[in-house]
Amino acid sequence: MATTSGRASKVKTSVAIPQLGWREARPATVVLVTGPEEFLAERATTAVRQQLRDADPALEVSDVDATSYAAGQLLTLASPSLFGEPRLIRVSAVEKCTDDFIEDVVSYLEYPDADTTLVLRHSGGVRGKKILDTIRAGAGGGIEIIVDELKSDNDKFEFALAEFDAGGRRITPGAVRGLVAAFSSSGSELAAACQQLMSDTSGDIDERDVDTYYGGRSEATAFRVADIAIAGRPGDALVALRNALESGSDPVPVVAAFASKLRVMARVMGDRRSSAELAGAIGAAPWQIDRARRDLNGWSEGGLATAIVAVADADANVKGATRDSIFALERMVSVVANYGLR
Amino acid sequence: MNVWQQLVGQPDAIATFEAAARAAHAVTAGGESADASGVMTHAWLITGPPGSGRSNLAYAFAAALLCANGGCGECADCRNVVARTHPDLSYLATERVIISIDEVREFVVASQYSPSSSDYRVVVIEDADRMAERTSNVLLKALEEPPARTVWILCAPSEADLIPTIRSRVRSVRLTVPSVELVSQLLRDRDGVDAVTAERSARLAQNHIGMARRLATNAEASARREETVQLVLGMTGLTDAVTAAARLHAIATDDAKAVTDEQDADELEQTRLAMGITEGDVIPPTLRSQFRTLEEQQKRRATRSLRDGLDRILVDLMSVYRDVLRLQLGVAEDLTNLEFETQLRHRAGSVTAAETLAALDAVAHARKRIASNVAPLLTLEAMLISSVLPEAA
Ligand SMILES: [Zn+2]
Repeated sequence: MATTSGRASKVKTSVAIPQLGWREARPATVVLVTGPEEFLAERATTAVRQQLRDADPALEVSDVDATSYAAGQLLTLASPSLFGEPRLIRVSAVEKCTDDFIEDVVSYLEYPDADTTLVLRHSGGVRGKKILDTIRAGAGGGIEIIVDELKSDNDKFEFALAEFDAGGRRITPGAVRGLVAAFSSSGSELAAACQQLMSDTSGDIDERDVDTYYGGRSEATAFRVADIAIAGRPGDALVALRNALESGSDPVPVVAAFASKLRVMARVMGDRRSSAELAGAIGAAPWQIDRARRDLNGWSEGGLATAIVAVADADANVKGATRDSIFALERMVSVVANYGLR
Repeated sequence: MNVWQQLVGQPDAIATFEAAARAAHAVTAGGESADASGVMTHAWLITGPPGSGRSNLAYAFAAALLCANGGCGECADCRNVVARTHPDLSYLATERVIISIDEVREFVVASQYSPSSSDYRVVVIEDADRMAERTSNVLLKALEEPPARTVWILCAPSEADLIPTIRSRVRSVRLTVPSVELVSQLLRDRDGVDAVTAERSARLAQNHIGMARRLATNAEASARREETVQLVLGMTGLTDAVTAAARLHAIATDDAKAVTDEQDADELEQTRLAMGITEGDVIPPTLRSQFRTLEEQQKRRATRSLRDGLDRILVDLMSVYRDVLRLQLGVAEDLTNLEFETQLRHRAGSVTAAETLAALDAVAHARKRIASNVAPLLTLEAMLISSVLPEAA
């Protein structure tokens, strides 16, 4: 699986330490966790603690809030104890730290304690930059974990898959896709939904489970309507459309879901390259290519052409060319569900 | 060089505005109403196709009214009009798809004040066709009872783009499309472009002056146009069409970005010039708000420029299909895309004239849609599909 974050090019100052993605988090004397995505930072920190605890269950964990840090605190927590247990010190909100904190960390970095793992969470901004620069220059022998936002659907797909993996659960790709579609606007909501779904269900998870719990989410619903229509089931598709609209779905994302599915189908129809190659060329995930190839069952070139034109008409219509956007949607759904044949 | 000498190809319109500006200054000296002279009036509409220089003419006229010397092109007033920083000039530039009612209200209020330093207060609306009817009605009120020293200058592609009540309250000045010869002459004289490049650029830009200059002087712009033509002439089926749509979308995005970047740098330079600041100087705190305003305007413009970029591509596509149709009808002269004659002939021989007409329709349809709020990529897909597989439409 590809690394989805941790691109070194994002950092402008010279960096002498390893910069890793959230999935590669591991203990070190100093672990700097930077980037905006809080739930990924949380995953990274948890992974570090887990690895330390696996190595020695006697691990002592302490938490420090950098915004109310008082001079000397760090040295007290990091000073070797009588029994020599390993220590984990988790510091939050370094981006809002006190001046005392900056001073103490910079001097600590000169002689870090070998049995202590210091995790510093910095979510962005210029405050505490001196600490970041010092660590990145190599002082203290640290590493940096970069937690960027999950941007592409593919990033989210892989994240969700990893969540279920970590939870020891199996889930179908279609179900993951449904989840990603339902929570495309927020990575942290997606993370929460993955956890929720694992606690709400037992055994393997499939599309039906996602639909049961998150079917009301408009994006998931929009894709569901498109899936049914593209599979050539006019009656079911119209019912799904009506349900979607009744549960508050907006017409625009419904049209967008149709457009995005038919687009990939059209791109793969006349192209025999492998899923991986095509995925790169089109900018879609390999699973989307495989799915589109299966979806093409029953479709002709002319029918698909007609369907895309009908979707474009619906787009113009729901955006104001006609007053009756429900009718515009129904017409689109029935053209698509009849494989574009009229 | 005065403000009129910087314009090309519109001698009649220039004569009209020159006379109007002269009369306007004469009446302020004599104290009677400007409209009384007959050649001057308080509301103008400049119409003409894109590239004919509507807004250039509007600002030249604005400078002629605001400058004590009738648009000398040298004084602080003239320079401030160019930089859009003149205190008696309000303007609404091409930034968004739709001009909002609040913007027009703000302008109507501004138009009520008497001029602060010049003889007149001038209000320019560059794309008066981008107003909804409700918004037009707000403007109408201002045009009905204008303060004596306020002059409105509206610009639009044609008179038909405005509601009749507005039309009846403005004096129209129609611009003509400059000929290929004239545009190519201009490129040679003003930009020092060689004769062959000048002719080709003027022809491919279909007499759009700004576009012609870009094609002549910017290798990337001309490469993008060439790729556009290659793409559409090379399509044979659905997958090609959808792939080409994605590529056109990317080309339009690049092109829009290049154009906006150029404009941004240009405007910034003009503003610096008007304020007597050279690049790299620290901007004095008193002038910062003006630069910030400029920055905000530029950001807003970026959002609409993709649609402009798409429209430029669609205009190029229309020229391709028009060439194909000409060849199908046996008219081989006056081709726009002469450089692609072999491919044009191939296409002319492999589809019917009815199919070419359908393709032209599809492009015209897409242009209309792009101007509103539709999904651009989907619109391009439907357009190209309809031109390769006409039965789909
Ligand atoms: Zn002047």
